[in-house]
Parts: sequence; structure tokens; C-alpha cells
Amino acid sequence: MKKFWALFFIFWPIVALYVCLVAPSRNWWFPSAPMSSVGHQIDGLFYLILIIVAVTFVGTQVGLGYALWKGATKKSGEKAVFSHGSHKLEIMWTIVPSFVLVFISLTQLEVLANIRVLARFPDEARKTPVAEVTARQFEWRIRYPKPGTQLSTEPQEGDLYFVNELHVPVSQPVMVHLRTQDVQHAFFAPKLRVKQDAVPGLVIPIWFEIEKAGEYELVCAELCGWGHYKMKARIIAESEESYLKYLAALETDQNEDGVADEAASASDEE
Amino acid sequence: MATVTPSLGAHVHSDDHSHGHHEQTFISKYVFSIDHKVIGIQFLVTTLLMLMVGGALALAVRWQLAFPWGSMPIVGKLFGLFQTEGGQISPEFYTMLFTMHASVMIFLVIIPVLAGAFGNFLIPLQIGADDMAFPVLNMLSYWFMWPAIACFGISFVASGATAGPGNGWTSYPLLSDLADAAPSSGAAQTWWLFGLTLVGVSSMMGSVNYMTTIINMRAPGMTMFRMPLTIWSMFITAILQAFALPVLTAAGFMLVFDRLSSLLPTDVHSVFFIPAGIVVNNAAPTIGGGQPLLWQHLFWFYSHPAVYIMLLPAMGMVSDMLACMCRKPVFGYKPMVYSMAAIAGLGFIVWGHHMFTSGMNPALGMTFMTSTMMIALPSAIKVFNWIGTIWDGNIKFNAVFLNCAAFVALFVVGGLSGIFMAAVPVDIYFHDTYFIVAHFHYVLFGATLFGVFAAVQFWYPKMFGREMNDTVQKWHFALTFIGMNGTFFPMHLLGIAGMPRRYADPYLHGYLEHLLPMNQFMTISAIIMGFAQFLLLGNFALSFFFGKKAGRNPWGANGLEWSAPSPPGHGNFDVPPVCYRGPYEYSSPEAEAMGQDFILQTSPPPAGYKASSNHGH
Repeated sequence: MKKFWALFFIFWPIVALYVCLVAPSRNWWFPSAPMSSVGHQIDGLFYLILIIVAVTFVGTQVGLGYALWKGATKKSGEKAVFSHGSHKLEIMWTIVPSFVLVFISLTQLEVLANIRVLARFPDEARKTPVAEVTARQFEWRIRYPKPGTQLSTEPQEGDLYFVNELHVPVSQPVMVHLRTQDVQHAFFAPKLRVKQDAVPGLVIPIWFEIEKAGEYELVCAELCGWGHYKMKARIIAESEESYLKYLAALETDQNEDGVADEAASASDEE
Repeated sequence: MATVTPSLGAHVHSDDHSHGHHEQTFISKYVFSIDHKVIGIQFLVTTLLMLMVGGALALAVRWQLAFPWGSMPIVGKLFGLFQTEGGQISPEFYTMLFTMHASVMIFLVIIPVLAGAFGNFLIPLQIGADDMAFPVLNMLSYWFMWPAIACFGISFVASGATAGPGNGWTSYPLLSDLADAAPSSGAAQTWWLFGLTLVGVSSMMGSVNYMTTIINMRAPGMTMFRMPLTIWSMFITAILQAFALPVLTAAGFMLVFDRLSSLLPTDVHSVFFIPAGIVVNNAAPTIGGGQPLLWQHLFWFYSHPAVYIMLLPAMGMVSDMLACMCRKPVFGYKPMVYSMAAIAGLGFIVWGHHMFTSGMNPALGMTFMTSTMMIALPSAIKVFNWIGTIWDGNIKFNAVFLNCAAFVALFVVGGLSGIFMAAVPVDIYFHDTYFIVAHFHYVLFGATLFGVFAAVQFWYPKMFGREMNDTVQKWHFALTFIGMNGTFFPMHLLGIAGMPRRYADPYLHGYLEHLLPMNQFMTISAIIMGFAQFLLLGNFALSFFFGKKAGRNPWGANGLEWSAPSPPGHGNFDVPPVCYRGPYEYSSPEAEAMGQDFILQTSPPPAGYKASSNHGH
């Protein structure tokens, strides 16, 4: 029975490792390859930590499993080794992990600054935010500046509005302003590896550069009430050309009051 | 010194009558008792019952995730709450389920079972005191749990049975601040905050008591570095609580002020966390100048140290039990103490890692990342030392040992997954996903609860004078271990797949749809794990009547508590204990000189044995 329990503790890390190894092929892994430039950096850091952690996991579990197996196969009557520890070992397993941990910290700084520090945002994105995203229970309201103007903190006449669909140009850094109308929410685009809380009273800039045209999920990652799970929206990355076309169509739609053409043009002339 | 070394054998028959100068009624002896042992057992029984309540709430959460909007067993039919929906629960009920699961497990199970139950029971016994420094305060610390439980109970129904508190155990404003923000943000939230405050009062009374007792009431010879690691961990935990808790209490009151003063008919009210111009559910825009991030700072300033409050005592107890079950001294006793102190110290400067995506200054993110990384160091040192303790030991493979080994094995997982979250850029992806849920369940369940399962069995003979059935405990261990890993390990993968926490129906989103079968597997594992706990409860209850009678020292352990009768009478020790050595001298030459592999801290050095060798460690 002793051996059974030792094997029990040797067996489960093997299962855990096996599950992790087959996970990508079973689609139990990232929802997709990173689709933004910072996404690649984040995934790179993830895999770096994953390797360090996997080695540590295997090392400690092998150590534990071996100690258990030794204990389980000890001859009866054999005494435990009387020892209060080892100064050398303590020093070794203090210094080695601290170097590893400091190393991990240092590798993060550059990417962190790229993602979060406003001064390090790509210039073109920082100067012309494309839209303001306002979260509210339970939807995302998008406000684009009137075509040809700069986004202003307060809504301006001629601004364009849409709900739950954010269009951005592909292959170029874009910045959006994130805010919330009511409680706290979080802007989470899993395939872009972007996440930022929307905090009441604050306007928070976020930037990303989507590398491939397409549709990307936007969900809420901060509990915002009973409908938290259904804040479902899309980020649509498209070529500059079709992006501008979309904005133009949006402008036309928004100014269309549904009254017959002549009346509309008459009021326009005033 | 030879005069204070009477033989224990002569006093086996002494019990509480020898100390019973004052007449005790049933009420004063078993209900409003000021005896630390009774209080400890009261805490233990209460928390084990609350464990089942919290577990039931968790199973309901799991049911919804495996069979979203299916007919919920029991709850769906309860009082006709959801009968019109065909037993399908509402999303606001789901938010209540995970909120109260966390609240019950953290505030009514983990914190009180460690500090309340084992802290109370073990501190005087292990340091050789006859009781706590402030017995009445001690009694109050237990009895303040009940108003807290009552407040949490009222919060379930205060705004209607389908709108219990549902803002997460973190209760971030504004969701928790403005009554209009959600069905659960009404009176339920206020009662929840009252409950939280009362739990804090209870913890604070305990903490003051533990510090005073450990500093002042140690037996002769019980120096600080002869204290068992359990006592060290309780001492450090008490300090953590004393310094962190006031911040949470203050924050809680601020939130209560915000909430209640807005009900006043006057224009004067507080807006600590409410900024201006917020429109919630078409209510009038708020007037304010507050800052919701303030709550996060205050809350995590307590709640991060609190995760160590929820872990350190288990670390201490596991060190004690591992040494005993391996018949070997704890590997690196002083490094163990120093690393606990380091965890506690660093624990105060890492709270910001809960806020990496909150919009706080990125420069703070860098500082908090580095301090958080460094807190992994003492944790790693402890793991290595535990493995060192098991190494070359003469292992007793009983359920106590198995639970302790599981503690070490699973704590490794919880610790390592923490490194991903300490790294800000990686955390930006993992924040508020199931990866976090996996991480803290590996620490709180995998480590702390397995430590508690071991501790319950280990000290049961001292509590009740009988042993728990080891075979039943082994079954309980195996089922819980398998169920635990089946439930929580896949959560890492869910997190990597980008599944956010606190979603009533994640499958609404196309990129998560394929994860349903995995969630169903997890729910089945959780049900196995949940029902396995009846083995523990049954064993706990039946062993009280039918367990094998235990002597003073059934495990052959060294601590002072094992020199007292089982169960100890009023005043604990029949002989005032004197401590001669450290707590982990298993298999020492000195013990061998006595023909055994342990040597009680109270045993005087055997005749003819040179005392020089036993002060060296």
C-alpha cells in the first residue's frame, strides 16, 4: 500500500503534464495565435515563463515522488536520517530561484512599458485616437469623431455612434479611449491579448495594432452586474479604404432622418 | 530543574474535576465557554458545516456552467423560486452563487478554521499555557461569528430570494455602491458588508489574543526558536491580521456610509467611491468626487495579506505533521521561520498585482510586479524544505501524511501558476479569466484545505480522546484529491482559452463554445469531490462515539500538547510543562538513548546522556 501511495503522487503530475501537452491539439489552448503586435510579445513572455515553470514543476514533483518512493521502499526497522537541514542547500535554493525570478521580472518591463506607458505609445496612434468606447450595462457604445476631425473628450456634433461593433484600420497602431457610463467594466479582446478595465470617472487610452483583417471578439472581463456575460461585441479590422467607407456609410445612415428626399435636402440647405 | 520533572504516568487519571473549583453549568462549559479548547472545537464544527454550505453553492455554480440554463437541481424547485422558468435559474441568482460561495469559503471557512479553530485549540497547548491570555475576548471572538453568519444569511433574502449579494466577494464599486446598479446591489449588499465587518471584529479579537498569548504565556524553556512552526505561523498570521484588517474595516465602513447616507433625506452624504456624472440604469446622474480605485487599493491592502492569513497557518501545521509522520526533524527550521516572516512582510507590498489592468499608474505596476515575483522566493524555499523533510524519512503512509504530501504537491502548482500572474504583460491576458480561478483554488483548496484535512485527523485525538478512522480518511483523501484535480486543473486551460470569470453563460461567445464538454467533466469531478466530504463529516461525527481510544500521544509526536491528557482538562496540563528542546527532535540520538524515535519537548534529558549535542540546531 505504501508503494501505491508513492505511485499515486508520481502518477498525477504525469497526467497533468500529458493534459498540458495535448491541450493545443485538442483546442484547449489560446483561442488563436496572437493577432496583434503586443499579442506576440505577451505570448512570447508566456512561453518563456511556461518553460521555467514546467521545469520547476517537473523538478519538484520528481523530488517529491522520489522522496516518497524511497520512504515507501524503506526496509522495516530502518531509522529516519536525523538531520536539521543543510546550510549549503538553503543558500543554493535561495539564490538560484531569486535570480530566476528577477530575470523573469526584468524580461517583462519592456513589454509592460510598450503596452501601458502613454509616452511609449506609437506616435501616430497617440495623436489621433480613432474612437471612444463607452461601456455600459450591458453593451459597448462606440463614438467615432466626425470624419475629418479629432476625437474630443466630450461628444461633439457630427460624431458617429454605433453599438457593439468597433471598426479599426488593420496593420496600423490605433488608440481608443475607454470609459464607462455606469459601473466598472473591462475591455477584453482575447485574440488580441488586450485587456483594460473601464473605470468610472476615468478615460483610459489603450492601443493595439491588428495584423490581419477580420472580426475579433470583444467581451467584458470585470463583473458588471447580472448581464456581465452578455456584453458581446466585435472588433472589425479592415483596410484603410473600407474603414473610411464604413465611416462614410455610418455618417450617411446617421444623418438619414427617413423623411422623403426633397424635404431632407430642403432642411439641409438652411 | 530535576524537581519539576514528575513522571506523567502518575497523573493519567487526573481530569477536569481536579481543577473544578468553580461550578460550571452546561451553558458556561459548552456554549459560552471561555475554555480555548471548547472555543476551538466550536470554531471547527461551525466551519466544517459552513464548508458544506460553501460547497453546495459551488456545486450550483458548476451545474450552471456544465448545463447552462438547464433545470437546476434543488434550487430550481426550491420554494417555487424558479418554477415558472422550469427550474432555470436567473443570471442574477448566478452572480449571488459565486459571490456567496467565495464569501462563505473565505470568511466563514478558511480564515476561521485556521486561526479560529486550530489557532485557538493549539496555541495554549503547544506553548504550555493553561489558556489564552484573554479568555472572555476569546469567547467573544467565536460568538461574533454568529452575528456575521446571520448578516450573511439575511443578505441572501434581504432584497428578495433571487437577489442575494451578487457583486463578487471583492465587491468593487460602483456596482456595490449604487443601489440601482444591479438587483443584488440593494439591501443585500449592505447586509453583506455588515457581515464582513463582524467577521473582521471576530478575527481582530482573536489576533490580539494570539499575539499576547504567544509573547507572554510560553512555558519555562519554550524560547521563540523552540516553538513549533504552527505557533510561528499563528503568530505571524496574527500580526498580519492586526495590521491589515483595520484597513478593510475602514473601507467597509466607507462603503456602508456611501450606501446608507444616500438614503438620507438630507443633501449631506458621503461619496468616497462615487465619481460625478455616473448614470446607472437611467437613475439621476451621481453627484460626487470619489474614486472607485480607492476601494480596490484599500480592499486589496487587506485581502492580499489575507490570502497569506488563509495559508500560513496551514503551512505551519503541515510542517509539524510532516516531521511527525516522517519521524524526522523539519528540514531547515529557521529558514522556515524566516521565509514565513518574509512572506508576511512582502505580503504587505504586493496588493497592486490584483490591479494590473485597473488603470493605475503603470510605474506602480512595475514595482508591484517585482515585489510579487520576490514573494515566490520564500514560498519556494518552504517547498524545498518540505521535500527535504520527507527525504530519507521513515514515512508513515497514513491519511495525515497523504494530505500533507498533497498540500506540498498542490501548493507547487498554485505557486507556479502565480508567476504568470505576477508578470504584468502576461497577467493582462489572464486577469479575470479562469486561470486565476485555477490558481487560487490550488492554493486555497489544494494547499490550505488539504492541510486542514490532515490537521483535523492529527489533532482529533487531542480534541476528543479518540482517533478518526484512517481507512475512511484515506478514501476521503483519494476521492477529494482526484475530484480536486479534475475540477481545478482544467481551469488553467479554460483560462488560457480566454474564458472570463463570473460568466453565467460563457457559451454565448463563439470562441468558448467548444469548452462545454470540459466544463461538464469538471462539474462531475466537483460533484465527486463534494460528496466525498460526507466521508469526512461522518468520520468526524462517528469517531467521537466509536473511534479507537487514544492515549496522550497516539502519534509519538514531540509537542507539548502531547504531554497533556487526551482530551486535556480545564487548565490543560496536569503537570506544569517545562520545555527542554526544540519540537522536532525525531530520531535524535537523545531519543534513541530512550529507546524511541521521538522525544517530547517536556522530557528531561535521559540520564547519562550528554546534553551538549541538543542545542546545536
